[in-house]
Amino acid sequence: MNPKRKTRLLIILGLVLGSSIAIGLTLFALEQNINLFYSTSQIVGGEAPKNTRMRMGGMVVENSIKRATDSLQITFKITDYAQEVTVVFTGILPDLFREGQGIIAQGKLDANGVFQADEVLAKHDENYMPPEIAETMKPKPTGVK
Amino acid sequence: MIPEIGEFSLIIALCLSVILAIIPMYGATVNNSLWMSFARPLARGQFCFMLISFLCLTYAFAIDDFSVAYVANHSNSKLPIQFKLSAVWGGHEGSLLLWGFILSSWTLAVSIFSKSIPLDMLARVLSVMGMIAIGFLAFMLFTSSPFGRYLPSFPADGADLNPLLQDFGLIVHPPMLYMGYVGFSVAFAFAIAALLSGRLDAAWARWSRPWTNVAWAFLGGGITLGSWWAYYELGWGGWWFWDPVENASLMPWLVGTALVHSLAATEKRGVFKSWTVLLAIFAFSLSLLGTFLVRSGVLTSVHAFASDPERGLFILILLIISIGGSLTLYAFKAPNVKSSAQFALFSRETLVLINNVFLTVMAMTVLLGTLYPLLLDALGGGKISVGPPYFNAVFVPIMSCMAIFMGASMSIRWRQTTTKNILQTLWKPFIGSLIIGVIFPFVYGNGFDSKVFLGISISCWVLSTTMLEFVQKFRHSSKYLTRLRKLSLSYYGMMLAHLGVAVVAVGITLVSVYSEERDMRMQAGDKVELSGYQFEFQGTKIVEGANYKADQGTLVVSSNGQQIAVLKPEKRQYTVKKSMMTEADIDPNLWRDLYVALGEPLDEAGTAWAVRIHYKPFVRWLWLGGLLMTLGGLLTVADKRYRHKFGVQNG
Repeated sequence: MNPKRKTRLLIILGLVLGSSIAIGLTLFALEQNINLFYSTSQIVGGEAPKNTRMRMGGMVVENSIKRATDSLQITFKITDYAQEVTVVFTGILPDLFREGQGIIAQGKLDANGVFQADEVLAKHDENYMPPEIAETMKPKPTGVK
Repeated sequence: MIPEIGEFSLIIALCLSVILAIIPMYGATVNNSLWMSFARPLARGQFCFMLISFLCLTYAFAIDDFSVAYVANHSNSKLPIQFKLSAVWGGHEGSLLLWGFILSSWTLAVSIFSKSIPLDMLARVLSVMGMIAIGFLAFMLFTSSPFGRYLPSFPADGADLNPLLQDFGLIVHPPMLYMGYVGFSVAFAFAIAALLSGRLDAAWARWSRPWTNVAWAFLGGGITLGSWWAYYELGWGGWWFWDPVENASLMPWLVGTALVHSLAATEKRGVFKSWTVLLAIFAFSLSLLGTFLVRSGVLTSVHAFASDPERGLFILILLIISIGGSLTLYAFKAPNVKSSAQFALFSRETLVLINNVFLTVMAMTVLLGTLYPLLLDALGGGKISVGPPYFNAVFVPIMSCMAIFMGASMSIRWRQTTTKNILQTLWKPFIGSLIIGVIFPFVYGNGFDSKVFLGISISCWVLSTTMLEFVQKFRHSSKYLTRLRKLSLSYYGMMLAHLGVAVVAVGITLVSVYSEERDMRMQAGDKVELSGYQFEFQGTKIVEGANYKADQGTLVVSSNGQQIAVLKPEKRQYTVKKSMMTEADIDPNLWRDLYVALGEPLDEAGTAWAVRIHYKPFVRWLWLGGLLMTLGGLLTVADKRYRHKFGVQNG
């Protein structure tokens, strides 16, 4: 093989090797880090796995927020107007978190069916509904404000 | 009356861009110089009418004309004047108008600074930019005109601007970012024009290069500003969230970085021609994709406005036409392009190639992570989200590898360098960087840390090789000042940008590893210690701003008994929208930030508050590095090489 071809072959081999490593690592990382989204009905219905990181979302139920007196722990319920799930979170909530607001929580479902959130997201435009929630919401029962 | 003039100007601008897209392009095809010469005046006319339109909307904001729906929805009579004016781009319609206005400004700039470019090339470039303008102006006029009226009855006062946007960041971040996004349209137009004319040569690269560098610099500057803004405004102390919209701006930046480098190789050595063209197409396509992602409302993000699907469909069609069209053209024309120059394995060309591979791979992995949830959802695979760990897992190794090659590239010449030469120059900085990387975490932290080792070593490696290269320029000369002046501005620009990378690497590493954060329940008189600083909470009081009321907390920070700062974070309630806003307070310096934010009151009386306290070492270095890269990019454009060309043609 003449030197020029040898150089080219080396470059091509390097590229192929490099990109296959990159693709492999990427797919591995993607596999490890995707979070499925579940609605509260799916969680109550037992469709969601326990102790797996996931996202869930819905409306914060009126009068369901309870704070601990000595820490930043907070408990509240969220609903898709069909089923309710209790969420526990320790930390500071986003500014737009309030009763009746659509939120997304990220975390794990524990053995008792309580959602242990490590992150709560409420979006910064109060008219804006995250598309995940909008699609899973059941029609609002009449009489609910 | 004024808003109607604005709308009317938009229509005229659209008509002018239709003519601009057809006449000069046709003239260039049939080689009719009269028709080609229409390009410049049309570009200027288009700019004038876009300017009028933009000023009309600005005027409507300035005089509180709430009969204009867009103004009524995004402003309020109590809004401070600087935010009224920047509220012009505070929503969907207005930010599109800004997009269009900046596009016409770039078109104008090309028509002015193009004395050295042959007429047929210029005609094609301006025509392609006219085509892009058609797409966006049509989009604006048919789906999202900012001049729509609330008639006959309009609200007495406006609904106010989103409080998050009522900040200095809104004034500078969107224009800067859009300058970058839209700036890649120039590189794109040059690439398409070169494909059409079949003249892909060093001259083409030299024309395209300054435009690409400026666009790249602005985009980097815009991203840096955005990161800084999110850091102090969102109240979480985070500086990068891997939010889809951030990714949308990062992808064109990554591909743009690759483009800047491969253009240099094309200009200097005549290699990678067709690849460079492809990168230019990619960079602009990703800019369009970014616009699509942000404007169509398909994403859950801070930047997403409530919007209707019709708009998304329109941009999607626009995206398909422009990307599909340009790639088809590329497929037909690119095989005719031959690279003239040869290069050896150990040469700067190879390293530019490696840089390009890494950067494109990185952009693709970010693209994958950003679009995967959308694709899976469209295919009915369920709702998922891809979290920051994915992006960190792919970003860190790829960027680290690239930085190693980046350091080496400085000492390797174009065409060929012997292996012996490379090893001779580079072994000292290599070993030195490794040693500093090992020692640093012991001195600064509490013991060895592999992340710090990696980050600091890489940073030292880039820094030392860059400086070494600089010093070697003076090895054979005693007249330092003459030498200093002889080096070209674009050389200084490159040095500055590469130093910027080293600075950013230090910032990312140290702030990620050594940050400390605590969320606390605090009552007046409570004290807490974090990283050697004592924070004493002294309760809150109520203060009033122009259009908000706030609970303002007071925290006294001291270190070793000495008071060093009094921080006053606020929890604001904006009176019009009734929305709550966290306004963090920061004690910044080059080595660390002390960052405090108020959560919410925890009892009825409002004496106990949730308080978030951060210690952020070296966080300023992130933005300082970004700034260095931006300055570096701008400096390259001031190079004599480009000015000289224009001068010769003038005289």
